[in-house]
Amino acid sequence: MRPDPDAATPAGGARAARGLAAALLAALLLAALLAAAFPATPARAEGLLGEIRARGHLTCGSSPGVAGFGVPDSKGEWRGLDIDFCRALAAAIFDDPGKVRFVPLAAPARFTALQSGEIDVLARNTTWTLARDTSAKLNFPAINFYDGQGFLVRKDRGIAHVEGLDRATICLQQGTTTELNLADWFRTRGLTYKVVAFATAEETGRAYDSGRCDAYSTDKSSLYGERLKMAEPEAHAVLPETISKEPFSPVVRQGDDQWRDIVAWTHYAMLDAEEAGIGQENVEAMRRDALSPDVRRILGLEGKYGEALGLTNDWAYRIIRHVGNYGEAYARNLGDGTPLKIPRGLNALWNKGGLQYGPPIR
Amino acid sequence: MSVVRAEPVPPSPPPRAVTGPVAWARRNLFSSLGNGLTTLAILLLLAWLVPAALRFLVLDAVWTGESGAACRPEIAGRPVGACWAFVAEKIGYLAYGAYPVPERWRANLFFALTALATGWMLWPGAPRRRLGAAYAFLILPLCAYALLSGAPWLGLATVPTGRWGGLLVTVVVSLVGIVASLPLGILLALGRRSELPVLRLLCTGFIEFWRGVPLITVLFMANVMLPLFLPGDLTVDRLVRPLVGIALFASAYMAEVVRGGLQAVPRGQEEAAAALGLTRPQVLATVVLPQALKVVVPGIVNTMIGLFKDTTLVSIVGISDFIRALEAARADPRWSAPSVPVTAYAFAALVYFAACFAMARYAGFIERRLAAGDRR
Repeated sequence: MRPDPDAATPAGGARAARGLAAALLAALLLAALLAAAFPATPARAEGLLGEIRARGHLTCGSSPGVAGFGVPDSKGEWRGLDIDFCRALAAAIFDDPGKVRFVPLAAPARFTALQSGEIDVLARNTTWTLARDTSAKLNFPAINFYDGQGFLVRKDRGIAHVEGLDRATICLQQGTTTELNLADWFRTRGLTYKVVAFATAEETGRAYDSGRCDAYSTDKSSLYGERLKMAEPEAHAVLPETISKEPFSPVVRQGDDQWRDIVAWTHYAMLDAEEAGIGQENVEAMRRDALSPDVRRILGLEGKYGEALGLTNDWAYRIIRHVGNYGEAYARNLGDGTPLKIPRGLNALWNKGGLQYGPPIR
Repeated sequence: MSVVRAEPVPPSPPPRAVTGPVAWARRNLFSSLGNGLTTLAILLLLAWLVPAALRFLVLDAVWTGESGAACRPEIAGRPVGACWAFVAEKIGYLAYGAYPVPERWRANLFFALTALATGWMLWPGAPRRRLGAAYAFLILPLCAYALLSGAPWLGLATVPTGRWGGLLVTVVVSLVGIVASLPLGILLALGRRSELPVLRLLCTGFIEFWRGVPLITVLFMANVMLPLFLPGDLTVDRLVRPLVGIALFASAYMAEVVRGGLQAVPRGQEEAAAALGLTRPQVLATVVLPQALKVVVPGIVNTMIGLFKDTTLVSIVGISDFIRALEAARADPRWSAPSVPVTAYAFAALVYFAACFAMARYAGFIERRLAAGDRR
């Protein structure tokens, strides 16, 4: 006689069977849920600008955490020069600096994220080089920060210039171009030096702070941040010389000239506004009673320059109102308003001894 | 007068040489020359490490402060240890990442619901555990998705996954990995032992493929290479890509653990069950799997602990998990101080230790319970 299967099955077994079925169902459900929950982005419209407008927000590849350029504050809001650049873009397009989503990208993923269309613009202290510009089908519209390799030394050593580093021991991080730049620079000047290399910036800074080296070499923008991590930040100084060129620029994909223009002119508008003396504080007053044709053109009171870019004519006014001019963004993120206190240096306006030069809006 | 005692002699205390702390120490710590030297070495090591750690982590620590300046010795006017003020200031960011502050209650509710599910499923004496399973495997995922990602029809604003971060992401990644890998792993293990050659080959191939590549490769493929292969207008969410990768990776390992358990069940069990007239699924569900899974509880928990710790790898591909959030938080120039990095890593160590230790203790508890039937 065949036993009744239900009677033969222990109660625990039935529970286990049902539990297994439930678990499998849950796994399937989870997979379906994930697929449905995060739908693919809509197909690209003709230009990236149209696509961004249709989407309702800009996506901006940002740094996962570099002091002064892109770093989350305690509330999780991103702050930094590159962050302000993306907010300025959003302000120009949407009149709302909040309509931007930041995608923090690790270094290896940053270009593929741009190439695959995951982000509209990459603003992540990325150095513009010929190889990157050509081989990866990218464009670097405008340099928004001139960086370069420099040296951090103890003030009490009495070293005022890089020439004083002859026969010095220099701490740096392994596997970066820092070491090559250093070799080139010292060799061409017939100076000798000794390198002590470490795996991470953390170790490098610590070794330098403990006195193992006479100088710490890396990009200047990082040196000011590293200086703050020393036991006595005031006892250290960054030497004035820069031994390499590291121009940071936002990056866009090749093939959309309108978008490239918008990215470039967003930076130039911030520069022109600083040069014309238009800031967040006085922009409303300037817009009301400015007479200078330069200012009137920047603020969209004369001409149709914004429309030529595909934006509205008050695009630059929106940028200044929401984000401010370049000088304000610099002061807020890197300058005297911050613990970093990075001097303007090469990033001063062209008429103040720097390299930042905004072509005229006309 | 009597020479016979009326009552027994009270037992005299055992000789001092076999009881008391000294005897215990002699028996357990100094039973031989080698043991004695080892004990001494360990005691010296502890005497060297513990006071230093205690001084750094507690006695010299700075507990409150407005900025990193509070953690600088020249400003505090004393030697400074851990900068807990940094952790206190950044705790919101470490827990939720860039999740919008007014919406953080949703993440808290998610944590509470997860804790409820965990307690319900893990506490053997909990009432209505079948309802608990339904809750944990069906209701919780739906609620969690609606809560965290947003459900406009419920009035919950959408929060893009790019804003998720910190412990929240670590918990989400671990939970998805653990919840998906167990059933998938069991299926794969059964498939690998199947008598159908195609199914067996497929399962074996799948397991060997995922076990043959390091997790970091999987993550790089998911977040760096995959977007290049997909058609231009199709992008999958940045968080979902590594989630799927981790789930598949973990299920391959889980499958091998479960297969070990299946092999430990004697063949006779299956034959006996079949002889009783049970169908094949019944044999598996009622005879084989309960015994197999019982054997491999330590292996499963081991895999889960490994998975929980492996989730930190997602930080390398730009997902803002707990470690990535910690790195970003300490890049804040306002909180630059010499002791901040050490404090940050000490905090991370404490958090991971607490989580993994809890898992290990729970596994021990369950093992003892399951083994109760085998004790004589």
